[in-house]
Amino acid sequence: MKKIEAVIRIEKLEEITDALEKLGYPGMMVTRIEGHGRQKGLVEQFRGREFKVNFLPKIKIEIVVNDHDIEKITKAIIDNAKTGAIGDGKIFIYNVENVIRIRTGEKGEQAI
Amino acid sequence: MFKKWLGLLVLVLWGLGAASLAFAQDPSGAATLAQNPQAPVDYVWILVCGFLVFFMQAGFAMVETGFCRAKNATNLMAKNTIDFIIASLFFMVFGFAIMMGQDFKGLFGTTGWFLHGSEYDVGRYLMFFWQLVFAGTAATIVSGAVAERLKFPAYLIYSAVVSLIIYPLYGHWVWGGGWLSKLPFGVGHVDFAGSGVVHTVGGFVGLAGAILLGPRFGKFGKDGKPKAIPGHSITLAALGTFILWFGWFGFNPGSTFSAHQLRIAVIAVNTNLAAAAGAAVALLLVFAKTKKWDVGMMLNGCLAGLVAITAPCAWVEAWAAVVIGLVAGTLVVLSVYFWEAMRVDDPVGAVSVHAINGVWGLISVGLFADGTYGLGNTNAPFVKGLFYGGGTGQLIAQLIGAGVCVAWAFGLGLILFKVMDMCFGIRVSPEEELKGLDIPEHGTPAYPNFYTTNT
Repeated sequence: MKKIEAVIRIEKLEEITDALEKLGYPGMMVTRIEGHGRQKGLVEQFRGREFKVNFLPKIKIEIVVNDHDIEKITKAIIDNAKTGAIGDGKIFIYNVENVIRIRTGEKGEQAI
Repeated sequence: MFKKWLGLLVLVLWGLGAASLAFAQDPSGAATLAQNPQAPVDYVWILVCGFLVFFMQAGFAMVETGFCRAKNATNLMAKNTIDFIIASLFFMVFGFAIMMGQDFKGLFGTTGWFLHGSEYDVGRYLMFFWQLVFAGTAATIVSGAVAERLKFPAYLIYSAVVSLIIYPLYGHWVWGGGWLSKLPFGVGHVDFAGSGVVHTVGGFVGLAGAILLGPRFGKFGKDGKPKAIPGHSITLAALGTFILWFGWFGFNPGSTFSAHQLRIAVIAVNTNLAAAAGAAVALLLVFAKTKKWDVGMMLNGCLAGLVAITAPCAWVEAWAAVVIGLVAGTLVVLSVYFWEAMRVDDPVGAVSVHAINGVWGLISVGLFADGTYGLGNTNAPFVKGLFYGGGTGQLIAQLIGAGVCVAWAFGLGLILFKVMDMCFGIRVSPEEELKGLDIPEHGTPAYPNFYTTNT
């Protein structure tokens, strides 16, 4: 089992959710976050003076999947999150030791 | 003990009230109406304009909170409300008498305390209401310049002193038959709706406060370079500007103090043109510098144009109103950068808008007055400036008045804030400032369901 953690543009969330729905997926967690990558923030302006915004608003999606679904789901995220410009985000993939469904007590892949 | 004194005070006030009935002039208005059947249109005009000027309190509150951070929004609402509350009460007790009472050697008024006695008269009450909403405007300008770091009690005392002394005394000199209105140059110093009396006074007291308070944390970097501290709502700032712009259509045309002065049409057009010109030039100047359409500065430019046209609005024609607005919009941009370079932190641009352009408005009368309108009426003496063959007389009167206004407001402002600072300290603690004033001073966050302290 793996956890896919994808940081994406806010406006891409809906397209990604739609794509994943067509594909079928076990469930997801969505968090509104702030941060920056290599681009290191943006310059904005207020009453004639520019200022740097270090942390930009982003969305973080977390999905725990079976090993054989990883390719499919990461591809769907990349296809829909990509604009080609700086700020498209990143995907991190982690090993997951165990999963427990609280309601039934099921463990492992069955609980995903 | 306290209750005993309170009882005595109530008795004295009741006695004064009873005495006032005995000396009443025309409390019902019947005699005034019989004497002048055309009075109602004037009363309605002045009151409606007065209500518009009152609404400018809402405009100031919205502009200031929009340009400041969410963590200080409750505090700004509190200050913008309390200054009108204090102005109302203190102007009734002393301020109005000092400003519009029987003149004493051109220095101050001496009658009309507590609005009692012969003041119990519809005409005097009308005058009181009109002058009160102006006093409230002068008081509320300052809260922007001292925003996000001044202690609330200091603001209470400041509001009282402005409505008791600083505003009424200077107001008497210009509008109450005082010495500035009788200067032997031109027709004497004139200020139609209060570029000087209201805006220069408020602006320079604000400057004194901003200087003595020092800049907010984070306004200047360790290298001394100014940084932007973005406000939390351009939407509220724009709404506030529209409210002020609307209110100004009462502020300036209402200053004829008569609906029979058809000059009100000219005044309304001039007021609007200067606002538009000021906004346009401020927008374009910042665009030339940063290649961004800067809405914050455009709003400041609009208000700068309005402040500047306030003194000359009744004495100039349309093209001059546009020029006055263009200069105002330029001045406000230069002034914002200038005060930042001087390391003075004026969070909403109150000094640049009101102090600097108030002075410009006074001076512009001496340049552009075209000699078609008199001192609030259509009779001679007409007000004529340098560009219309009036010579330098009026300009000199305007320069003297502006100089006196700056010295008076800035000097008294410095003394007032310095004395308070020595007595109890006017600036909130660093922890309080970083947290925002809303919770430590008032216990109430303005937006309880949102993070408001991230910048």
